[in-house]
Amino acid sequence: MSLRGKAAIVGIGETPHKRDWPGRTMYGLCAEVAAQAIKDAGLKREDIDGLITFGSNVYPSTMAEYTGIRPIHFASQVGLMGSTSGVALTVAAGMVAAGVANYILFVAGGARDKDNPEASDRPSQVAGAMSEFITPFGPAAGANTNYGMMYSRHMYQYGSKPEQFAKFAVNQRFNAAKNPLAAMRDPITVDDVLNSRYVNEPLHLLECVMPVAGAIAFIVTTPERARTLRQPPVYLLGTGIAQGVEQSWLTPDFCTTPTAISAPRALEMAGYGIKDMQFAEFYDCYTILVGACLEDAGVCPKGEIGNWIDATDTTYKGSFPVNTDGGQLSAGQLNGTGASGCQQLVESVRQLRGEAGECQVAKHDLCIANFNGGSPSNECTVVLGTAAAL
Amino acid sequence: MTTPNRPAPSKPLPRPANKALSKPFWDAAKRHELVMQRCNACSGWIFYPREQCPVCFSQDLGWAPVSGRGRVYAFTIVHQPGNPAFAGDSPYVFATIQLDEGVRVVSNVVGIDPHQVKVDMPVVATYDDVSPEWTLVKFQPTAS
Repeated sequence: MSLRGKAAIVGIGETPHKRDWPGRTMYGLCAEVAAQAIKDAGLKREDIDGLITFGSNVYPSTMAEYTGIRPIHFASQVGLMGSTSGVALTVAAGMVAAGVANYILFVAGGARDKDNPEASDRPSQVAGAMSEFITPFGPAAGANTNYGMMYSRHMYQYGSKPEQFAKFAVNQRFNAAKNPLAAMRDPITVDDVLNSRYVNEPLHLLECVMPVAGAIAFIVTTPERARTLRQPPVYLLGTGIAQGVEQSWLTPDFCTTPTAISAPRALEMAGYGIKDMQFAEFYDCYTILVGACLEDAGVCPKGEIGNWIDATDTTYKGSFPVNTDGGQLSAGQLNGTGASGCQQLVESVRQLRGEAGECQVAKHDLCIANFNGGSPSNECTVVLGTAAAL
Repeated sequence: MTTPNRPAPSKPLPRPANKALSKPFWDAAKRHELVMQRCNACSGWIFYPREQCPVCFSQDLGWAPVSGRGRVYAFTIVHQPGNPAFAGDSPYVFATIQLDEGVRVVSNVVGIDPHQVKVDMPVVATYDDVSPEWTLVKFQPTAS
C-alpha cells in the first residue's frame, strides 16, 4: 500500500504574525488556531479524534485539556525541528488511511512574551494547572498523587480493597522470581505489601514502581520481510490509541481510563474478544492502574476488579496470566529519559515466541498489551499474535 | 568540623502560566473570596483559567463568585512529598474537591485528622495567607 491519494488536508488556521504577543501563551494561541482550523473545515470540536503536537515539551494531554479537543483515537508528538509539520502530515496520513483516526489536528505556536518566556515558549516549565494550581499544595512525587486519589475514589465507588490490589504486586513478584532480568525477585505476600510504608495513602511502597537503569528495543518490518528472518514473526493484529487529559481529576469519572476506548478498538481491529486473550501484559506503574485498565479492557465489569483478582490466578501458571515477567512493579521500571512501557511489549514477544524460560505461559499464540502514560492520560492497547492467530 | 548551614527549603508559591489572565482568581483569594472563570457564551465554569473556552471556543470569558462549598471527590494522604519543603507537614491530605457548582479543583483538606477524611465529605473553602502576595484556597470539613 502506498499513501498516494490516501489523505487530504481539509482545514487550516493561522494567527497574525507578531514580534511578540504579550498576555498570551503557547497553549492559548494553539487553542485559537485549533478553533480556526475546525471552523474552516466545517467540523465540530467533537469530530477531531487525533492530535499531534510539536516536540517533547508539549504534551498532547495538556493540549487536549487546555483546548477541549478530545483526541480519543490518536495522539502523538513529533519533534524534528523544521521538518516537523511534514513528518506530522505523513504520520497523520498513515493513521487516517489505516482507520486509526478520522480527523487529526496538528498544532504548534509560541507567544514569545519576554515577560513570560516559560509559558510562551517553554511550556514544560509552566503549563496547564501544574505550577499555579497544584505544586503549591504539596503533591507527592511524580504521578503518585493522581494514582493515590484514583485509588481512594475506586475504593469509595466500587468497594475495592487494598488487599485485593496488593495481589497484583504479589502475583507479579511470583513471576519475577523466574525472570533473570528482574531487579526484585524475592517472594512477597499480601501482608508484606500492606505492611510496607505508605508513599501516599492508599498507595503502599510495594504498589509503586521503582525506576531502574537498563535499555530495551524492538524492530518492526513488513510480514513479507519478517517471514524471511530468523525469528518467528509476532504480528500486530490490532491497535487502539486513546488520549485523555493531563490532569485526570478533571475527567468526569476519575476511575475510568482511556483504555476503555483503546482496548475495544484494538480488539475490534484484531477480530478477537477479550475472552480470547491468553495472557496480558499491562503497564503497571501502580497496582491501581493495572486493575483499572484491566477493567476497562473488559476482563470483568467496571468496578469488579477486586472480586476478579480474588477469583483469578494471574501468575504465569494461572488461568489469566498478567505481567508474566514480574511487570515493572517487580522487574523495575526502565526509566532513563522517561518510562517507555517497552517492557510490556518485549515480554509479549518473548512469551509469544515461547522463549520466556521458567515464566513461560502454557498458551502463547495471542495476547493483549496495554501502555499507559500520564495520570492516566495517554493509552495504547495492542493485540499481538503468532502466525496461528493471524 | 562544622556542617554548613543549608537554607531551609521553601514551599513553592503559585507560578501562573498567564499572570494577567488568572489575576482575578488570586486577587479574590487575597480578599478571602473564591471566584471561578466562566464563559459568557455558554455559561460553563472553567478551571484552571484559560484564554479560550474549552467547550465552545469563545474568548469572551469572565469571572463569577462561587459558593466555596463542595465535597471531597478523591484524596490521598501524602507521606512522601515530592518537594521536601512539605516534609514537616506530612502526613497531609491532597484532594480533588468538586464544588457545588460542578467544577473541580485540587487543594489540601485541613483542620481535620487526615485519617478522618472521607470521599464525599462536605467541605468549605478556607484561606491560607502563605505570603504577603499569595493566598491559597484550601478546604475544611463543614456540616452538609
